[in-house]
Amino acid sequence: MSRSTRFDTKKVNSELVTLTYGTLVAQMVKDLENPDDVSKQLDRIGYNMGIRLIEDYLSKTGSGRCLDLKDTADKIQTAFRMYLGVQPNVVNWSPAGDEFSFSLDSNPLTELVELPDDLKQLKYCNIICGAIRGALEMVQLDVQSWVVQDQLKGDPNTEIRVKFIRRLEDAMPAGED
Amino acid sequence: MSLGGRNRLSILDKPLSKGKGEVSLSCFALLFSEVVQYCQNKSTTLPDLQNRLHELGRRVGVKLIDLYFVRERNGKRETKLLNILLYVKSTFWKALFGKEADKLEHSNDDENTYYLMEKEPVVNRFISIPRDKSSLNCAVFIAGIIEAVLVGTGFPAKVTAHWHKGTTYMIKFEESVVGRDSQTDER
Repeated sequence: MSRSTRFDTKKVNSELVTLTYGTLVAQMVKDLENPDDVSKQLDRIGYNMGIRLIEDYLSKTGSGRCLDLKDTADKIQTAFRMYLGVQPNVVNWSPAGDEFSFSLDSNPLTELVELPDDLKQLKYCNIICGAIRGALEMVQLDVQSWVVQDQLKGDPNTEIRVKFIRRLEDAMPAGED
Repeated sequence: MSLGGRNRLSILDKPLSKGKGEVSLSCFALLFSEVVQYCQNKSTTLPDLQNRLHELGRRVGVKLIDLYFVRERNGKRETKLLNILLYVKSTFWKALFGKEADKLEHSNDDENTYYLMEKEPVVNRFISIPRDKSSLNCAVFIAGIIEAVLVGTGFPAKVTAHWHKGTTYMIKFEESVVGRDSQTDER
């Protein structure tokens, strides 16, 4: 099946997303009080989005199986561009080749955002980690993902680490493989 | 207040972005779906759910007032009722949703009430309403945004969302607003 690489162009203003997300986070901070719980919830929300977003990604790009983790990293990079309109760099590969990072110099989620001092441990961008984890789980890849550096905390870039855990063989539909 | 050992530019020291950034609709739709689910999990009744969405929308709206007046209007605010409504319908809607709202109408029976109509609000694109909750309109989130903008610019009003010709936002101004407006007309 051949498809053009022009992706779907339906877009919304990024500030609508920024502010909607910001308001949701603010509401959670109010409801949950403990910032660590908020971080966990944000990861969960990202996961919920990821498991549905992968479908959208596959149908729009028509991309096939990944051959190796490098391939996967490239595809997630494309997904960043499609969904958030930013292009991260894939950096810091571990020597074993099972861990890498996305480095973002801008991020629509954190535009117009400032973290107050008492919320410095809040992982505002955890939603991205969750989305990566959720999306990859749906294609039988079990990964961990976490925020290493955060522009909201004064780091020059936002760095999101992804670590390959294992392939989820059990989830294969019968007849495959 | 500690600066964490780093000298950082505060958000107010940076130049205001042009606001041309775009994010995929799928991404927003899924995020909004999570927002609705979050509110739903927190609420026990339908009005409760609507109130929560409305409240979240209001907080978004408050932040958009200055942002858009500075960016689109050089910081000049509106003082007349009709002008602020047209501002919401055109400039504001265009900046936020990429197009103008479809229609603005004045109520026949009540001079304090206006209707802003939109066939397909972006938040409702991918939402199907369960049968037992047919009165739920998640565009109440947008109604919250409009309300915050009107209240925040000195035109106190209540804004609600209804299923009528797509979605209709009913804007009910406080009596004082219309009174004041006709007074300034006479001068």
